Amino acid sequence: MELTGAQILMECLEREGVDLIFGYPGGSVIDIYDELSRHPAIRHILVRHEQAAVHAADGYARALGKTGVCLVTSGPGATNAVTGIATAYSDSIPLVIFTGQVPTHLMGNDAFQEVDIIGITRPCVKHSYLVNDISKMAEIIRQAFFLARSGRPGPVLVDLPRNVITASGEFVWPEVVHMRSYHPTYKPNLVQIRRAADLVLGAVRPLILSGGGVIRSDSSAVLAHIARSFHIPVVSTLMGLGGFPGNDPLWFGMVGMHGSVAANRAIGEADVLLAVGTRFADRVTGKVSVFASRARIIHIDIDPTSIRKNVNVDVPIVADCLEAVTALKDVLATKTGGRDRGEDRAPWLERLDRIRREHPLSYIRDGSLKPQEVIEAVCSIAGGDNIVVSTEVGQHQMWTAQFFTFTRPRSFLSSGGLGTMGYGLPAAMGAQLAMPDKQVVCIAGDGSIQMNSQEFITIVSNRLPVKVVVLNNGYLGMVRQWQELFFKRNYSCTNMEAQPDFLKLAEAYGAEGYRITEPGSLIPDLTRALTSPNPAIIDVHVAREENVYPMVPAGAALDEMILV
Amino acid sequence: MRHVLSVLVDNEPGVLSRVVGLFSGRGFNIESLNVAPTLEPGVSHMTIATSGDDQIIEQIIKQLRKLVTVIKVVDYQDLAVVEREMMLVKVQADDSRRGEVLRIADIFRCKVVDVSLVDLTLEATGNDDKLSAIIGLLGKFGIKELARTGIVAMRRSMQRE
Repeated sequence: MELTGAQILMECLEREGVDLIFGYPGGSVIDIYDELSRHPAIRHILVRHEQAAVHAADGYARALGKTGVCLVTSGPGATNAVTGIATAYSDSIPLVIFTGQVPTHLMGNDAFQEVDIIGITRPCVKHSYLVNDISKMAEIIRQAFFLARSGRPGPVLVDLPRNVITASGEFVWPEVVHMRSYHPTYKPNLVQIRRAADLVLGAVRPLILSGGGVIRSDSSAVLAHIARSFHIPVVSTLMGLGGFPGNDPLWFGMVGMHGSVAANRAIGEADVLLAVGTRFADRVTGKVSVFASRARIIHIDIDPTSIRKNVNVDVPIVADCLEAVTALKDVLATKTGGRDRGEDRAPWLERLDRIRREHPLSYIRDGSLKPQEVIEAVCSIAGGDNIVVSTEVGQHQMWTAQFFTFTRPRSFLSSGGLGTMGYGLPAAMGAQLAMPDKQVVCIAGDGSIQMNSQEFITIVSNRLPVKVVVLNNGYLGMVRQWQELFFKRNYSCTNMEAQPDFLKLAEAYGAEGYRITEPGSLIPDLTRALTSPNPAIIDVHVAREENVYPMVPAGAALDEMILV
Repeated sequence: MRHVLSVLVDNEPGVLSRVVGLFSGRGFNIESLNVAPTLEPGVSHMTIATSGDDQIIEQIIKQLRKLVTVIKVVDYQDLAVVEREMMLVKVQADDSRRGEVLRIADIFRCKVVDVSLVDLTLEATGNDDKLSAIIGLLGKFGIKELARTGIVAMRRSMQRE
């Protein structure tokens, strides 16, 4: 069957089960858009900026666990997508990004809207392809989807020169993907699993550190089973939030720079640390040389490069997290015959419980409207298994991580690795499209919401009931906090009092607008906004110079926390 | 510690930039890099001389293996290998110096591949120590140009226990 390149692309997308793509047309992809209009099974969301297309596909992928797909034109369309691609790469999110490209005979000639997007994105993609021959197109697209979702997931870029899109060729769908040089290790080494089991069983103060890989690999239930069966406390990284229920008594909070006292102390006191699906990023470990210094560390990760990159470990296990924790669960069950370790571990759990009671996450209630209180209010009104929360990046992100109780995997969407302001709003849009029946709330700061606020119109025009809670303090709050603590309160370029009227902005876009300035109106107004069937912006004027605590200064040890 | 890595790659466009970009982006060191086709169509062989402590070398090897286009990585560190590098060196050699330069060339079994009234171009093959010694000795005559291939290496058939 002879098809054009554009038709082959559509065929491939349909066979990969793609029913939604985010994109923005342009000269180099105009033939694809022409063909797309004849494929009603593939819904296209027309964003207002290509960066948002990638973030939206990313939010869709994080919320649903499917591969997100974007389509952008060559040149500026492709470069605008780069921040989104790098964001997804940092957090291991499966995406396939199709970029238009000038015809192959013009490539290298500085043609109109030409950039070397393969070269530009090389360090921030899992892999990339230039389709320079239509006969390879179907196979490349098949490989791109396979790569994006297998192994350690990540973004894969496919560059499509216009003459290849318009050429005709035989369409052959490769039933199997064969890649000689790509074989992720899924099965754990059983000798290592047994060593891990022995360490866990011999531990007096064991601790599970649950990372983003637990969520990506759908390991939450099995890991929770291990924790509960053997009375092992659990702490999470930022990316791991929701991977273990935040309302379970075994959960002691988030670790790292803004982690809870109990979680960070637990890392320091544990004698065995079972780290699953985490790459020990600097924001998690603090000063590496003293990280978990009393613990023997078991490290499960699918990416061999994650192991011993930052932290030396005693039992490295390269495997799919689900395969590994399932094997570990089985070996533990065999070794113990189901014996309960509750009594042995009671002192450890009691100790952590005491730290948690003595140092709960807290803030000073002085009658002003505190941002932490807003997060607690959102959680009490709309929290639970039916909510998906996205954030931008900054203080509001950390307060959300601290004060919102995430009970379900894939319910917290946040740019952890790259820390991309402008991520939250388009990600919320993607999540709402992925999960039409869930309540999707974007928690933002007044600074970061302005980085992709053009997407309000995409949200409104697609009738997505996304709610945006702006914690408005008129500052770039996280930078201001660092300036307060480490730069003698020299608030250089962080005052953002000049801002749009968010109520009018909501009105201009056709969304509902709410403004909350008094603690007394927080619950009623927020309830009204969150229960509305329409998209809404909720502008909450919070205490301006509130800080995120606890805080471990960059490069300090986890137990050197600045407290409230 | 210096390590020589043998890297087999799919010879597709951009594979060299992926490998080199990995080194530069992560701050790894490349002492020399040689790329050439193998007997198998579509597959190239790279020989990379690099340096770093054990943890760095481990990361380099793992990161190389993570590249989708990399088929195989072997660290020659603990293996018996043959290591060779070729060098062309153009050295000043007028009538008064030519004899002395030729004697040095002879000692190191260099070939004369070009000659003029004022200089000689020598072809030398060997490991890094030998080429460094030649460069050291010819330095006093004045080296006008130098081109080196970078190391190529091969595992010896007989490995010591």
